[in-house]
Amino acid sequence: MNDKKIQDIASLEIAGLSFSYGGKKALDNVTFSVNSAECAILLGPNGAGKSTLFSLITRLYDSHIGKIELCGFDVKQQTRQALSKLGVVFQQTTLDLDLTVMQNLRYHAALHGMNRKQANERIQEELERLSMYDRRMETVRQLNGGHKRRVEIARALLHQPSLLLLDEPTVGLDVPSRKSIVEHVHRLVDDHGLSVLWATHLIDEIAADDQLIILHQGQIKLKGSVNNVLQATGTESINDAFKKLTQGAKG
Amino acid sequence: MNILHYWRAMSGIIGRELWRFIKQRERFVSALVRPLVWLFIFAAGFRAALGLAITPPYETYILYEVYITPGLMGMIQLFNGMQSSLSMVYDREMGSMRILMVCPLPRWFLLLSKLVAGVAVSILQVYVFLLIAWFYGIEAPWEGYFFVLPALVLAGAMLGALGLLLSSFIKQLENFAGVMNFVIFPMFFMSTALYPLWKMKESSEWLHHLAFFNPFSQAVELIRFSLYGQFNGFAFTYTFVAFCIFMLVAVLGYNPSKGMMMKKGGR
Repeated sequence: MNDKKIQDIASLEIAGLSFSYGGKKALDNVTFSVNSAECAILLGPNGAGKSTLFSLITRLYDSHIGKIELCGFDVKQQTRQALSKLGVVFQQTTLDLDLTVMQNLRYHAALHGMNRKQANERIQEELERLSMYDRRMETVRQLNGGHKRRVEIARALLHQPSLLLLDEPTVGLDVPSRKSIVEHVHRLVDDHGLSVLWATHLIDEIAADDQLIILHQGQIKLKGSVNNVLQATGTESINDAFKKLTQGAKG
Repeated sequence: MNILHYWRAMSGIIGRELWRFIKQRERFVSALVRPLVWLFIFAAGFRAALGLAITPPYETYILYEVYITPGLMGMIQLFNGMQSSLSMVYDREMGSMRILMVCPLPRWFLLLSKLVAGVAVSILQVYVFLLIAWFYGIEAPWEGYFFVLPALVLAGAMLGALGLLLSSFIKQLENFAGVMNFVIFPMFFMSTALYPLWKMKESSEWLHHLAFFNPFSQAVELIRFSLYGQFNGFAFTYTFVAFCIFMLVAVLGYNPSKGMMMKKGGR
């Protein structure tokens, strides 16, 4: 991987993106970027458009208005190059419950064109980092929710992406599991220069040096560092800032 | 990257599908029980009711069980094709389809790999069925067991592509049950799987035409002739063209800017 080049280009660049379902606008002129080695928290109430945005970035949907670039590659024109830079953890578990951890990860490695040796090395590396290597021969069904999530994060990182997308990865997990995942992801940003876009509506998952992107009713209400957001809204806590910006929001 | 990447991805997808199939033993058993019930019970009972004249590829009078065997092989593939698309609807709802779709390979290739994996599973089922049928006394010429392989590949691919096509337009699992009723049963009963075309002509000209143009009939005929070491050019061409059309529409259906997502109303 060419580190220098990656540092010059934003990991994710979204410009003027709009999308609607029928007549209902889900995203309205969304523009923001996530830089290299940056953890951006996409904060929004349910129905703000977070999942739609993720579906557009991963090219499950296609938008005719606006542009999405991953590491400088247009997702529409250079889909494959763009997707190879991307690791995703979806909101729902996407592991095969009847297969072992190892089989699930090997399958993903195969999809990304890794050979057996590379795959085994990468799997070991990522699982060890999450203290899951000893459990690699267990079927996913045997794991608890937090451990499944860990496996999914390991899987998303196998092909060494530049940007990791996390779509509310901690929903339904207990407090220690949530804490461990939040810490792990922040460590990846600090130690390995990974860029992260983390969608959530849980404010306690935000670290002090994260970038915040507040999405409400399909529009970006505010973006910036935690301090900037507090200043701009004249509030003392992210919770208050979030309430102020999304007043009248449902759910 | 490139060819090796494609190869690894396809083997990964096929490996996963085969492994899942072996793991889900109930699925394997039910896939076998269905045609065996038809063979052991329905065909045995029906034998007396239906007189069969000598028609190609058969050179002598045959028992009804012998006639129905290629039809049941087709049935295995028909169910399998629909079942793998059912699993795709399930995968899509559960999200593992998304994992496949975000991997950096062209979508048509990913769908093709899914298809090949489904065909591999169906062929495995068919040969196990043939083995049981052999013990039951239904024997094809030995070379037929080889010649039938390419026919099974094409028939399986055509039916799998039809399943893919349907899965791309079905939004939810619940709708799938309806499609099973509206696709599988009409296709199966309106075909040469259970009764020869000329027999149908005796009762209804209209039904005869429908059965003739039913791609499933042609797939069954392709299998039937191959099993007896003969090549049915028309059935081959018809099945192949049907495969191409189904596959093309399926790929379009999974295209993010044209297919199912747009049907959801997104723009």
